[in-house]
Amino acid sequence: MAAFFVSAFFFKILLVVLVFTITLLIAMYSTYGERKIAAVIQDRVGPDRAGPFGILQPLADGAKFFMKEEIIPDSSNKFLFILGPSLAMLTALMTSAVIPWGPSVTIAGTVVPLQVTDINVGILYVFGIVSLGVYGIMIGGWASNNKFSLLGAVRASSQMISYELAMGLSIIALLMVSGSLSLNHIVNQQSAWHGMRWNIIFQPLGFLIFMVCAFAETNRAPFDLPECETELIGGYHTEYSSMKLGMYLFSEYINMFVSSAVMATLYFGGYNFPFIDWCGAHWNANLVSVLAVATMFAKVFIFIFIFMWVRWTLPRFRYDQLMRLGWQILIPLSILNIFLTGGGILLVENLFK
Amino acid sequence: MQLTKRSKQVDTHPLSALESTYLPGILKGMAITFRHIFKKAPTIRYPEVKKPFSSVWRGVHILKRDENGAERCTACGLCALACPAEAITMEAAERKPGEEGLYREEKYAAKYEINMLRCIFCGLCEEACPKEAIFLSNSIASANYDRSTFVYGKDKLVEPVTPPAEHVNVFEEDYRKQWMKLKK
Repeated sequence: MAAFFVSAFFFKILLVVLVFTITLLIAMYSTYGERKIAAVIQDRVGPDRAGPFGILQPLADGAKFFMKEEIIPDSSNKFLFILGPSLAMLTALMTSAVIPWGPSVTIAGTVVPLQVTDINVGILYVFGIVSLGVYGIMIGGWASNNKFSLLGAVRASSQMISYELAMGLSIIALLMVSGSLSLNHIVNQQSAWHGMRWNIIFQPLGFLIFMVCAFAETNRAPFDLPECETELIGGYHTEYSSMKLGMYLFSEYINMFVSSAVMATLYFGGYNFPFIDWCGAHWNANLVSVLAVATMFAKVFIFIFIFMWVRWTLPRFRYDQLMRLGWQILIPLSILNIFLTGGGILLVENLFK
Repeated sequence: MQLTKRSKQVDTHPLSALESTYLPGILKGMAITFRHIFKKAPTIRYPEVKKPFSSVWRGVHILKRDENGAERCTACGLCALACPAEAITMEAAERKPGEEGLYREEKYAAKYEINMLRCIFCGLCEEACPKEAIFLSNSIASANYDRSTFVYGKDKLVEPVTPPAEHVNVFEEDYRKQWMKLKK
């Protein structure tokens, strides 16, 4: 029995549970952070009644969601109506499996990689799951049997298709630089130059396109057209109540957390911090791993802050502006980015080697 | 034409190539919102910290006592007559021997009622009163679910024997200090 608790299998299960819990916890406190950031940006105080500085507010919100009356409309497709939020939640939680949270740690002689699974098509996996995420919204919107919900769902899917393209193209340029689809490999590459060889240096335009698309994919302002209250009441979740609505809102925050992690991994060096090689040579390896995990989370939190900062700054796009930005600006730009990257690689290979 | 220093001329020039990416505008907006993070919120946290009313505020009526603690009202009815909303009713009674400490003059109001739902807080009763007995104080009629509770009798109107605290001016910084003190 004692051997089981130091086996690689046990640590893998532990890591899965830990990632799951931390994802949920961060999503929970993102709702608090969102309200607090909205408040400070608008010169307000924000939630401060539940516990010191209101840090128990997410628990209060959750309790409220669970206690609300659960309404399933009579004319809805009941199976799909329940499937919608479940699918949104499921796909949101699946993405974090391939993200490397830190270098390996050694516990009782067992080397534990801080990545749930290092599949060699990590980026493709992320893309596949993220684009599945729109099914939750689509199914929920359609099953509600409500014109506004359907409009929200249609908007969500067309927005997803438009921005998925530009996102994929911006990633191609990144892959040309890194030469690998494995997230672990990409992060390891970025540890060169004393942990400062971040891909943002080679792909500033690609990062900009990727970030704009990530905003669109997570349905965050200024791209929150599927749920815009002013036009569509609540969009795809108009008919939802109680915890099913909570699941939709929650999955949005999880998506935000995961896409922040993906952005940090792909463009900002993942868990690498400056002089990580010096620290690795002089300090305890586990200590460096802990520092690296802290760095990763710091980067993720900065991105989550940017997500919120943008939301409370920019007004929502009009639908035609959204489509024009996606098809006429971002896609040509990302193709241009591919050409520039290719030209740059050729130049470097022919001049400096 | 620039009429004030704060007004800004409307700018309708066609967007340049850089501007049409929206990026300069977005960054400008984000800089503005970022600056607001460091501003202090002017919030007064109400139930704990209360903002005092202005000294000329016309709030709930108060029936004053004189310097010996006797009620000043003589139930002359001028306030009820002056009242445009007809919110005031009263019944007069004669002071009995031995009640000199309670009522200032021979006649007093045995019953004095103001209907707070009718009252428009114009302050004409205050102006009509020849005895300086009724004043509009610096408090508000509290909310309630039951209409009958809004007919305020003498129990609610007559000034307590110990007078309330003096009006003081409080500034924004003091509210924050008050809140910090309460939190400890």
